[in-house]
Amino acid sequence: MNDILLNLINLETVFQTRNGVAKAVNGVSFHIRKGEIVGVVGESGSGKSVTALSILRLVPAPGRVISGKILFHEEDLLQLPMAKMRQIRGDRISMIFQEPMTSLNPALIIEDQLIEALVTHRKISRSEARNRAIEMLRLVEISTPEKRIKDYPHHLSGGMRQRVMIAEALLLNPDLLLADEPTTALDVTIQAQILDVMYKLTQEMGTAVMLITHNLGLVAESAKRVEVMYAGKVVEEGPVADIFGNPSHPYTKGLLKSIPVPGQINGEGDQKLYEMKGIIPSLFKLPTGCTFHPRCPEMKSICNQEHPPLCTVSPGHQVLCWHHS
Amino acid sequence: MVWTKLLRTNKIGLIGLAVILINILVALMAPWVATHDPLKINISKQFAPPSKEYLFGADEYGRDIFSRVIYGTRYSLYISVLSVLISCIFGVIFGAIAGYYGEWADEIIMRFMDAVMSLPGILLCIGIMAVLGPNLHNVVIALGFVYIPRFARIVRGSVLSLRQKEFVEASIAMGNSDLIILLRHILPNCTAPLIVTASTTLAYVILAEASLSFLGLGTPPPAPSWGNILSEARDFMLQNPWMAVFPGVAISLLVLGFNLFGDALRDLLDPRLR
Amino acid sequence: MRGLMSVTEPLLKVENLKKYFPSRKGLFARTPSPVRAVDGIDFEIYPGETFSLVGESGCGKSTTGRLILRLIEPTEGQIWFQGNDITALGRKAMRPFRKSMQIIFQDPYSSLDPRMTIKDIIGEGLKRYDNLKPQQRRDMILEMMSKVGLRSEHYNHYPHEFSGGQRQRIGIARAIILNPKLVVADEPLSALDVSIQAQVINLMQKLKHELHLSYLLITHDLSVVEHISNRIAVMYLGKIVELASRDQLFSQPSHPYTKALFSAIPIPKVGQRKQRIILKGDVPSPINPPSGCRFHPRCHYTQKICAELPPALKEIEMGHWAACHFPPHE
Repeated sequence: MNDILLNLINLETVFQTRNGVAKAVNGVSFHIRKGEIVGVVGESGSGKSVTALSILRLVPAPGRVISGKILFHEEDLLQLPMAKMRQIRGDRISMIFQEPMTSLNPALIIEDQLIEALVTHRKISRSEARNRAIEMLRLVEISTPEKRIKDYPHHLSGGMRQRVMIAEALLLNPDLLLADEPTTALDVTIQAQILDVMYKLTQEMGTAVMLITHNLGLVAESAKRVEVMYAGKVVEEGPVADIFGNPSHPYTKGLLKSIPVPGQINGEGDQKLYEMKGIIPSLFKLPTGCTFHPRCPEMKSICNQEHPPLCTVSPGHQVLCWHHS
Repeated sequence: MVWTKLLRTNKIGLIGLAVILINILVALMAPWVATHDPLKINISKQFAPPSKEYLFGADEYGRDIFSRVIYGTRYSLYISVLSVLISCIFGVIFGAIAGYYGEWADEIIMRFMDAVMSLPGILLCIGIMAVLGPNLHNVVIALGFVYIPRFARIVRGSVLSLRQKEFVEASIAMGNSDLIILLRHILPNCTAPLIVTASTTLAYVILAEASLSFLGLGTPPPAPSWGNILSEARDFMLQNPWMAVFPGVAISLLVLGFNLFGDALRDLLDPRLR
Repeated sequence: MRGLMSVTEPLLKVENLKKYFPSRKGLFARTPSPVRAVDGIDFEIYPGETFSLVGESGCGKSTTGRLILRLIEPTEGQIWFQGNDITALGRKAMRPFRKSMQIIFQDPYSSLDPRMTIKDIIGEGLKRYDNLKPQQRRDMILEMMSKVGLRSEHYNHYPHEFSGGQRQRIGIARAIILNPKLVVADEPLSALDVSIQAQVINLMQKLKHELHLSYLLITHDLSVVEHISNRIAVMYLGKIVELASRDQLFSQPSHPYTKALFSAIPIPKVGQRKQRIILKGDVPSPINPPSGCRFHPRCHYTQKICAELPPALKEIEMGHWAACHFPPHE
């Protein structure tokens, strides 16, 4: 049964600057199935955002995808001519970003921005497009959408702008939505609203979602599977219950331990949080062998000599570590 | 160590610096570099074409253009550097006060700046020169005055944005006075736009001096400022085009030198690029 | 507004503090409505405690932090520090107090002067207050650096050579070198990676015990708040809606906004998706706050009186206050 929508095979994206070559995405492989929500988790420098941009071939200069395949419906996106790629963008694969203010054109009213995508890709009349846009705004729970559609972005709050972004992204009913830190810039209570809307809509429409975030809580709640990224590689992947219940990579374990979890404080006294030592390595000079080894509490001698292999912990749950081979 | 960095990373800047240094050297060593007395008239050699004796040819009075251009370097450097210094110092003071204190200080200062800027520079210079009388130092004062608003605006803009920065808040929280904050935190962070403005203004001043001389309001002839040489050349363009070419090239080279070096200096002083 | 530790005198006391910013709107209006960023708040901070101010954007918490340090001037109200009324002190009179109250900022990138070396950044405070010989000054700076976990070879480096977490440490060193009693920490962790946050939280705790500091921690991150606070105030649209000790607040949140806030935090544990309290609408503008209880338009328990009468802070149990007409809710 082949319901694999997107398949990344050994993707490599680098940035060539005068300080050297930064390997932002260093051999990343994973897949997303139709209608599935996959969480891609990592901190800064992990390569998660660049991976998403690579899929849409939107990596800004001096970045370039130098190797690998991106199979979308079995077709390699990296081999497509730009004209075909443009057809896919916004239509079959769309993306929402962290900062809704800069993703929306401040000089255009909402209507013009939403309709633009429809008219380009679907060749329908403006009034028909407007109706669909209004309907979409209603689905993302914006009240009085017929009036709101005439507003400028700066008339709307951050939460509403992000809803408009979601509406715009889902307007053409894409197969895949890339959501890059969609709620990081929003307040916690608004975040809850937005995720709720995004989750409901994508389930209804059957859209697959690649949810990129550093917030493990979000992933635990919404995603079906998780890819944990560190310094350009996927270090662990698996079903969400496995990742949280049985984290196998030392980085994943450290990450989960260092987050203060509400409701776990007992009695008096301040407790010390688990601290992962060291900092994220520079992408210009990655450590030899396993990129995590300088910070790893379980490091062995082979770890700084050879790249670890991909090992299976349980069905669907894999980890890039010498301890499991 | 700063200069070795320049050598390594910014060769273009080095070229700019070289041009400036050559000009300075020529200005200082003028009596030894020039082949003739720049003021000596020799009608028999009128409009002589460039030759071994008259490297750049001779003008309508038979004066050696080469020597005039060499001595002209003194005027151009002196006038441009001094004027820009005046503009810069006053511009920084006004701009910093306007940007840091805001409100009515900002209003008063910037409206005054607007008033100065609303008059075309040349007209303003003419006005000032008419009042003060045409001589070398009045040219410096006039040009220095005309370009103050440009510096004031740049500095005010920088100060406005820097004033909001958290490291300034931290300094206030330590109990530092306004003056200390301005001198220690704000002005050092304005050097990049200041340098760029200074190098472009140097270029403008040299050209403005040429324009003033054109109109007979610059350094009074027979002083061999480049502007004067150019303005005299204008009447004889058809007979003797060489008269205009050489001072023109000299002006362009010096302006280019300031621009290239200015850019390099700005990058050099940015600790982020160290 | 005393907490459970009311034995000693408060280090900081704030009474009816207000800050109204003039709004740009209404150029031709008679009196343009101001932005009521902080609209009458009272609280105390005791020596050696971490007092957290929690809320979302626009609630006025950052403004409060700056008001206390007199980085912004209050519109109304009073501020007492170490028993002295510092509300209206002039620049000179404020100076001796400034040594004892410092600030750490959110953005590690704009909070350090990019043109100064870190020895100058950390040592800047020393220039004003102590007549130290250069060698003594150097030693103090190095000592601070080691206290916050920075290596001594970085002494002459510039901010851009450090990571976000390290810059935050520099900011902390700058704040503590003057041996303050109160440190206002304005969202010190928001711009940092998760794994670095743990390091900085632990550092702040360590320094609190070593130097007997008090923190006014301003943040929207409730998990961190639970981990390091002693007492907490929840703010909404310029007012304090709930104030309690950590244990009280987390075991029995009473104000409907506090409950919604807690339910909104995503938890890194796998289960069914939480039954969330989803609030209606967006945060209203502080220019025209709703009548009566400011939270009433978004509250699920709103009744008629809520739109008419602003609720005062009532003591529900010893040291636990909530501004609601009908607390607590099950």
